[in-house]
Amino acid sequence: MLHSSIDRVASATPPAIAARVRGLSDRAIAWLFVAPSIVLLLAINIFPLIWTIRLSFTNFRVNRPNAPIEFVGLRNYLNILTDNDIWQSMQATAHFLIWTIVLQVLIGFSLAYLINKKFRGNDLWTTIIVLPMMLSPAVVGNFWTFLYQPQIGLFNYVVGFLTGNDPSSFSMIASTSLAPWAIVIVDTWMWTPFVMLICLAGLRSIPSSIYEAAECDRASKWRQFWTITIPMVLPFLMLAVLFRGIENFKMFDLVVQLTGGGPGSITELTSINLKRAAFEQWRTGYASAYAVILFVTVFGLASIYVKALNKVKQR
Amino acid sequence: MKSVLMNSACAAGMYIAVSATMASHAQAADLTLCWAAWDPANALVELSKDFEAKSGNKMHFEFVPWPNFADRMLNELNSGGKLCDLLIGDSQWIGGAAENGQYVKLNDFFDKEGIKMDDFIPATVVGYAEWPKNTPSYWAMPAFGDVVGWTYRKDWFSRPELQAEFKKKFGRDLAVPKTWDELIDIAAFFQGRDIDGKKVYGAAIYTERGSEGITMGAMNALYSYGFEYQNPKKPYELDGFVNSPAAVSGLEEYKKLYDCCTPPGHSDAYMTQDVDAYKSGQVALQMNFTFTWPGINADANVGGDKSGYFPNPAGPNGAQFAQLGGQGISVVAASDKQKEALDYIKWFAQPEIQQKWWKLGGYSALRAVVEDPNFASSQPYAKPFLDSMAIVKDFWAEPAYASLLQASQKRFHDYVVANQGTAKDALDGLAKDWKAVFEDDGKY
Repeated sequence: MLHSSIDRVASATPPAIAARVRGLSDRAIAWLFVAPSIVLLLAINIFPLIWTIRLSFTNFRVNRPNAPIEFVGLRNYLNILTDNDIWQSMQATAHFLIWTIVLQVLIGFSLAYLINKKFRGNDLWTTIIVLPMMLSPAVVGNFWTFLYQPQIGLFNYVVGFLTGNDPSSFSMIASTSLAPWAIVIVDTWMWTPFVMLICLAGLRSIPSSIYEAAECDRASKWRQFWTITIPMVLPFLMLAVLFRGIENFKMFDLVVQLTGGGPGSITELTSINLKRAAFEQWRTGYASAYAVILFVTVFGLASIYVKALNKVKQR
Repeated sequence: MKSVLMNSACAAGMYIAVSATMASHAQAADLTLCWAAWDPANALVELSKDFEAKSGNKMHFEFVPWPNFADRMLNELNSGGKLCDLLIGDSQWIGGAAENGQYVKLNDFFDKEGIKMDDFIPATVVGYAEWPKNTPSYWAMPAFGDVVGWTYRKDWFSRPELQAEFKKKFGRDLAVPKTWDELIDIAAFFQGRDIDGKKVYGAAIYTERGSEGITMGAMNALYSYGFEYQNPKKPYELDGFVNSPAAVSGLEEYKKLYDCCTPPGHSDAYMTQDVDAYKSGQVALQMNFTFTWPGINADANVGGDKSGYFPNPAGPNGAQFAQLGGQGISVVAASDKQKEALDYIKWFAQPEIQQKWWKLGGYSALRAVVEDPNFASSQPYAKPFLDSMAIVKDFWAEPAYASLLQASQKRFHDYVVANQGTAKDALDGLAKDWKAVFEDDGKY
């Protein structure tokens, strides 16, 4: 694979340039250009991954440099997979993942569909809608903790105004039943525009001639939507789900800022749980095993998903 | 001839002057002191100007906000980083830093310079300097004494109408609480009350989940009710001590205070949030480390005569303890400037510098300062500070303290804030978690 790529690059290199560099073939020059990227990739991606896998079979703690490092076999993996707290954080992650994706796809697609219509101020609205995703997650988390504040928060005020309840009678981030939804709402607010942009790209890629042909065949708008729009936007939607799924599986900063994983451990996602093990408890070997499990999970699910995506694209 | 001599003399003079300057430059060092970013750190910057003037060394400061302080500094220590020459680290870090060779042992230095640990408040020596605890093995010098105490709205307490209403309801004066039950009565009395046209609440307490907040808060009730970290006669025996019936009552009391009397949304609050709630006039009582008291006293809205200070109240059997805060100053073993760093500690240990430290807003742990007859009356919070320092207990300082702390954070927050299970479940779970940590550490 790599060789064929290099050969392609080499064959595309103008002979005049290669000839000017004495003693080097086109192929060598191609390697010269590609080598730094390969070295960098090995240094910052592949090597740490292999090192993490190695550490996952040990009791290594980075804060105990004097302690002997012992090989513990699969003990770290067994401890993780039989730990109720970790399964609880997996559940919290699944809840967050599923609901954010469902809401972002539904709202994002709807917004894209509306924005795609020609109307006055179309570009201005697109810009306004896209603004939240340009902010830093830490800033958004901090900002929403104020909005959710029971006494002065706008969110509670609006809910209180609409329901007639005292705004300070409930707290989105202090209640075990509301806190998981509090983080879903914020993530949806922040990242729906991203899904919208991808859907918009999909909608704008559909040639208008297809709709014109459907009009000629007297297909209803509803039928056009289900038989033209949805199938042609579906690969884009699936791509958006893939991106959001991977991003939200490793969600950290927004949730730490909003709830810190609480109340209790209700919103403690796997990434927060992993950070506590690695950089607060300093259980490096254990945390490495945890990271490997998460990596395999995301990689496995993403691979299956990408296969499905390719099938949809080939249809 | 005269001009030749003059020229030669000038040249020699210049040479000597330049050499002297170069020599003094060669001796001077750039020292970096790492600490948390808070008011006392600013006072230390001011104080350290004296050291710079006397030693010729230039001081640099690396101050990290409290929520990131432990992460940042422990990463620095664990990686053998050379950022900090001096570190004012948390008391819990002593065990790990000593066993892993991250701090310089100071016994020889103390002996050589005549610095005696007997000159410091005993609790601060045990808490901030010793490892193993209660042995004369020193890894830090007590730098900043701190302990959890309470601030209250003296002006509200003294209102005749509130005094009368309280007396009618509880049969006693509205005054500084002596027990946890009295404290909860007072907090409940103020909860939801209208004062000067504003709705106010009972107490701002520690409930933070992420770092150490709820542990530093709940322990105040637990200690005074009878919680023990371990069997005093058999180290690391936890059952019946951590989860004793008295400890269970203590945790229930803390939850009671959280449920009845905190402001809405006070579910993830630590030092800053409590100060904010108090300074904004939201609460009648505030739990916080005593380092916040100078700031409260100087505040335009709640300072001066409007606020009073008192130590953590007693439990039902009269036992009275408070959670120790504060830190010792250590020399980082990875530093290339250990000699200059030790010079700083030598300078800092001087009684006149410690006296100045207290005047600038730093809580000195030197007995010569706090036992001075004028100390108790020097500030309205000086006496409550001394009373509080006399009743301190500290969290584990074991090398595995972070795992122990994470377990208590989870168990306490699950029960107190998230309403999951009972106090007994929480403490049984905590004993189980802590035993697992100690087993992993080879203590059994």
